[in-house]
Amino acid sequence: MSQSHNRGLVEDFGRWREFSAGMWAWVFHKFTGWVLIGYLFTHIAVLSSALSGGAAYTNTLQGLEQLAVVRVLEVGLLAVAVFHILNGIRLLFVDLGVGLDLDTQEKSFYASLILTGIIVVASVPVFLEGL
Amino acid sequence: MAERYSSFSSGSTRWFLQRISAAFLVVTLAFHFLLLHFYHHAPEITFGGSAARYSVPAYFVTMVLFLAAATFHGTNGVYNALVNQGVTGTPKRVAKWVLIVAGILVFVQGIRIALTLMGASA
Repeated sequence: MSQSHNRGLVEDFGRWREFSAGMWAWVFHKFTGWVLIGYLFTHIAVLSSALSGGAAYTNTLQGLEQLAVVRVLEVGLLAVAVFHILNGIRLLFVDLGVGLDLDTQEKSFYASLILTGIIVVASVPVFLEGL
Repeated sequence: MAERYSSFSSGSTRWFLQRISAAFLVVTLAFHFLLLHFYHHAPEITFGGSAARYSVPAYFVTMVLFLAAATFHGTNGVYNALVNQGVTGTPKRVAKWVLIVAGILVFVQGIRIALTLMGASA
């Protein structure tokens, strides 16, 4: 049986200094979700070069990969994707009733953040290779 | 007792599909990143290489399902976020239909790309 208490609107971002770990998790999950859906549309637009032929596709992708800013943005995309995946797994467990108590929820959020940081930092050399 | 907070109304079909697509995307998004950034490196991606991958039926089907799940999960997520922000009435209906049309367009375009890549290797 769940219990609720009034902690104010999480949607009121002006209160960010009062946010608890769970509210930050909610904000980060929304933010990374917006970035990922935005990227899906961009990704499909770029891959549409395949419709103009093989050379257009290869030249477009390899041309973009030669730009340092694209490589850095890809590292950012990895960070966003990894956090969304790890926090998403956490949310699925919470929805299944596993790790429901606030202490576990907070610890698993911090674990998601730390694991995201480790994976992203370890992946930087791969993403910047050949620049 | 722990407080349960969810952005969604538990029990609805969209709520359930959001979770099913999430579970599927956890696996396919990780696979997509690992395959195209760590196994193959992004700067080395070519039309020929992509066409070869899409000629494998299991890969083609996986990518189509990946696109379908990502499109639904993303557009439904945006819709839920807007509703959470308090969007109601006409703006809510407009947002719903804009997201449905945008989702269909991106899915159809993705299928066109996948079919082009699959057909190129034949």
